[in-house]
Amino acid sequence: MSGTARYRLLIAALALAVLVLFLLSLTVGPAAIAFSDSIAALFQGEASEIGLIMREIRLPRALLGLMVGATLGLSGAVLQGYLRNPLAEPGLLGISAMASLGAVLAIYTGLAAAFMLALPVLALAGAVLAVVILQALAGARGNPLLMILAGIAVSSFAGAMTSLALNLSPNPFAALEIMFWMLGSLTDRSMTHVWLAAPFILVGWAMLAALGRALDALTLGPETAASMGVDMRRVQFLAVFGTAASVGAATAVTGAIGFVGLVVPHVLRPLVGGRPSRLLLASALGGACVVLTADVLVRLIAPSRDLKLGVLTAIVGAPFFLWLVYRTRRSLA
Amino acid sequence: MKCSHPAASVPGLFFLAAALSVAAPAPAEPAPQRVVSMNVCTDQLAMLIAGEGQLHSVSVLASDANSSVMPKEAAAYAVNHALAEEIFLMRPDLVLAGTFSSRATVGLLRLLGVRVEEFAPARSFDDIRGNILRVGELLDRQERANELVAELDAGLATLAAAPHTGRSIALYDANSYTAGKGTLANEIFHAAGLANVAETMGITGSGRVPLELLVVARPDIVASSFRDYDAPALAQENFVHPAFAALEAAGQTVAVPVPNMICGAPFTLEAAFVLQRAAAQGKAGDRKRP
Amino acid sequence: MRPLLSISGLRVRLGGKAVLHGLDLSVEAGEFVGLIGPNGAGKSTLLRSALGLLPYSGTVLLDGADVAALPARGRAEKAAYLAQEREIAWAVPVETVVALGRAPHRRGFAAPGPRDDAIVEEAMRRMDVAAFRDRIATDLSGGEKARVLTARALAQDTPLLLADEPTAGLDPAHQIALMRVFRELAASGRGVVASLHDLGLAARWCSRLVLVAKGCVVAEGRPEEVLTPERLRDVYGVTAFFADAAGAPVILPLDIAGGQTD
Repeated sequence: MSGTARYRLLIAALALAVLVLFLLSLTVGPAAIAFSDSIAALFQGEASEIGLIMREIRLPRALLGLMVGATLGLSGAVLQGYLRNPLAEPGLLGISAMASLGAVLAIYTGLAAAFMLALPVLALAGAVLAVVILQALAGARGNPLLMILAGIAVSSFAGAMTSLALNLSPNPFAALEIMFWMLGSLTDRSMTHVWLAAPFILVGWAMLAALGRALDALTLGPETAASMGVDMRRVQFLAVFGTAASVGAATAVTGAIGFVGLVVPHVLRPLVGGRPSRLLLASALGGACVVLTADVLVRLIAPSRDLKLGVLTAIVGAPFFLWLVYRTRRSLA
Repeated sequence: MKCSHPAASVPGLFFLAAALSVAAPAPAEPAPQRVVSMNVCTDQLAMLIAGEGQLHSVSVLASDANSSVMPKEAAAYAVNHALAEEIFLMRPDLVLAGTFSSRATVGLLRLLGVRVEEFAPARSFDDIRGNILRVGELLDRQERANELVAELDAGLATLAAAPHTGRSIALYDANSYTAGKGTLANEIFHAAGLANVAETMGITGSGRVPLELLVVARPDIVASSFRDYDAPALAQENFVHPAFAALEAAGQTVAVPVPNMICGAPFTLEAAFVLQRAAAQGKAGDRKRP
Repeated sequence: MRPLLSISGLRVRLGGKAVLHGLDLSVEAGEFVGLIGPNGAGKSTLLRSALGLLPYSGTVLLDGADVAALPARGRAEKAAYLAQEREIAWAVPVETVVALGRAPHRRGFAAPGPRDDAIVEEAMRRMDVAAFRDRIATDLSGGEKARVLTARALAQDTPLLLADEPTAGLDPAHQIALMRVFRELAASGRGVVASLHDLGLAARWCSRLVLVAKGCVVAEGRPEEVLTPERLRDVYGVTAFFADAAGAPVILPLDIAGGQTD
């Protein structure tokens, strides 16, 4: 089977998996609702109890799971392609760390208690600030090494400030709330969260998806890519702003969810023949699968204990890495 | 026919109606008949104040003896885990929550047209009085609430009438946390006639007290909590520090009833009584010298 | 006819140090120019500046168009670049690498057409890598990788090709084959500029040599004119053996100048 045919098959399989998992996510919850009833209620627009649960509780959760997962997978693939490093991930640029800091400040100052949207808005502001600092530090010239260093600086700063907030918190309840938020969760998100995050996420996707060809050319190094017509400044701009918009908005509504942006592109890379442009769509779909699966598991495994999403993605992600190590060892031996 | 919860398609009208009803001088609406509480403190207040069959569900923490004073009573109610879908399915006409309950959950419940009343953690006996009266107001059980407030006031009077021991106390919790000025624990100490070492040190709110300062302050009584969890934690390492052990040996230790102090409620007074009794006993015996 | 490449007064500073001091160079269609000179002379810098990959002062015209004003794609259509660093970041098949050369000519998300496929095929055939087309490029040996990357540059199908040490790592047969390819390209009306360390190859195959030392052009012309014993001693610091074979000069460096020769 040719490479292109294999790729098409992979995309079809992933898309199917996303669809199945999305439907599964819609049907898992404390209320025992029959599958056909739940799907019907989605479309019926009536104000019945089932309809409300489906439209206002389960639908936003499934939508966010899909959007956040796709965002993490896509931005992970872009960053790995841009930095030509298979260990890059969305957190490297410090954008999710700054978004978390914004959210933490919202909780810490009590704004989050006063206005329901204060937390996501401040988190988005954190992401914007991260980008401003990144551009100021690394410049617009498009040197990936500078970008990594700037990202580490921003990320460390944000982490330190967050720890400081936790440290100085006079209220143990606030400290606990901060900690739990940072573990990542999709619980009880509403359509308001979806409408808030969607525009940024979609804009981010558009920017990141435009980088396919440039990332392919970057396989041969930045100089050769430039000689083949790639505008490195445009690549940096799209990569950084696209990540900021999409990952920033995703972190703003769900907290920090790790591992997905790192593991998904890594695992799917051999299946797309290593081509960065093909990895973009595959990783987006793969990321959506992982987050939707984790969110379903959160509700199935321990419905009463409020397991955090970030914990599950780490539990799912770690064995993948073990398998990667094992496979790499075998191929090196 | 009572005021039923409206369809989610007209939440705005509902809130308008709720606002109007609050603005009106006397509540014309009937008392809530199906109350769900999702916070351990509102759980207990509701259990104390609600009428027969009025309270439907309390949170899972209400049956945890480490957090709740009324775990046995909690068994009589349905359990909820503070999740929106679960609570919505119970069709409550009133939900009681804390100001630190998940913003997403509270927001979602309100979006679904459920009435949610939030209570801030109590930091003083005034707050406790206020919360009791407010719960009484919300549940239309003002008589019962007034009863509880009267009991509280009587208890406080009893405490105040007892001879002043002039002893000092330090609360020393896991991770070296103590409670300074502006906390419920501080108020409890005052009610028990004790001087709070942390307040004297100038600590406001919950803060950490270095073991050194604690040793220098030589509190007459050291109160500890959070020692009874089955699972160990590094946070409890400070309790095995030799300096702390010496402090304990030199002074008097009291294990305060923690669940009584987490939530501000009538039973919070119990903690003050325990401390006052301990202080009185300690004065009778000699302070042990190393 | 307009020169494919026209450089005048090229000055480049790298890391605060001046590397090129006002260099002039011109390459016409049909030329296979060998760029030679000792290490650190500025050969790579020259090639990179010619494509606008480095900031420079002076004038560089690619087929008459000012490089500073040309967008990246415009440059990519006029000149292809083969870097000295043989970097392939991902485990992609050989055919994918070579096909990357067609990217500058495709618009947006357009799929490759039959003409693209034919050019890629031809490039792989010329560099003798068609047999590896499905193998993973990163699994190949150094020399095979070098040929694959050269095929990519050929697939870009530009009037001008700038290659930085393209023969490094190749075995003699493939080195000569590459020289043949460059000569054929020149003969078909394109231009090739290749920096070379192998003076013997440069002497036998290039139509013109440009000797660069310390950031300036020291000599240019036919190989026999440029590679004289005095030049080799002054610029390279070596002595050499000169001869003729099969109608082309043979130049073989022998020893360090001033050292014992037998």
